Amino acid sequence: MLPLILFYSFATVLVAAGLGVILSRNPVHSALSLVLCFFTSAVLWLLIEAEFLAIVLALVYVGAVMVLFLFVIMMLDIDLEELRRGFTRYAWLGALTAALVVLEVAGVVLTRKLGIDVTRGAAPLPEGYSNTRELGALLYGVYAYPLEIAAMLLLVAIVAAIALTLRHRQGLKVQNISRQVGARASERVRLVKMDAEDRK
Amino acid sequence: MITLGHMLTLSAILFALSVAGIFLNRKNVLLLLMCIELLMLSANFNFVAFARYLGRLDGQIFVFFVLTVAAAESAIGLAIIVVLFRERRSINVEQLDRLKG
Repeated sequence: MLPLILFYSFATVLVAAGLGVILSRNPVHSALSLVLCFFTSAVLWLLIEAEFLAIVLALVYVGAVMVLFLFVIMMLDIDLEELRRGFTRYAWLGALTAALVVLEVAGVVLTRKLGIDVTRGAAPLPEGYSNTRELGALLYGVYAYPLEIAAMLLLVAIVAAIALTLRHRQGLKVQNISRQVGARASERVRLVKMDAEDRK
Repeated sequence: MITLGHMLTLSAILFALSVAGIFLNRKNVLLLLMCIELLMLSANFNFVAFARYLGRLDGQIFVFFVLTVAAAESAIGLAIIVVLFRERRSINVEQLDRLKG
């Protein structure tokens, strides 16, 4: 009974936060609602015993991606009024699409032709079961190559983000590392042989 | 007991919310990106739920990769938004007509 109460309370918070994301006037409030969404989702994933992903969601999303979002929102000087104009113009279309999506998913779930009983709970996990250990065994075993591709993708994303936002300003004093490293003593210092001069 | 149906229904509601959000906030690129994040979260919900209720962990591995791709996507998307704002002083989607598309 307790898991169900927890599920319903956190699901309510999640849906309310989702509404906050799409309806709030200020993008900062939207981003903070999205943070709440991710946190409650992490809790719900904990409830169905996906512990590793719950922690990853909280750390990676709340800790990194949403902070990035907040930084960008606060750095840009956005004219909110202009962006809000005509907000409800296509609201009916949005509501219609949302209702259609819910109906479609409900249809799939309720027709019971998936071969899966959706009203059944999950089988209890054996004692001493570690979600992280099992995921690690899969990730570094069966899915080792996809993992490497994912790592490569992140590297490409880093390079792309830096290359996109890099800006060369004129007249800026910068170091030229290759010239610094390539400097020779013979080019910098000239040794001159001469006789000592008398002090007058 | 939390059933598969509970999780699927919740994820469908979340998905519908984010689709509606894309319609409502169609002028603001930042909010469009956020709605897409929410959309991927609801898809991840399905993966996690099926992984748990079918007793196979591969779904959770897939969520891991989806998280990776989503992080890369939002990083590049935000970089594009920053460059866009520098160029046009605005992130209104309606004004992005330079490609004449």
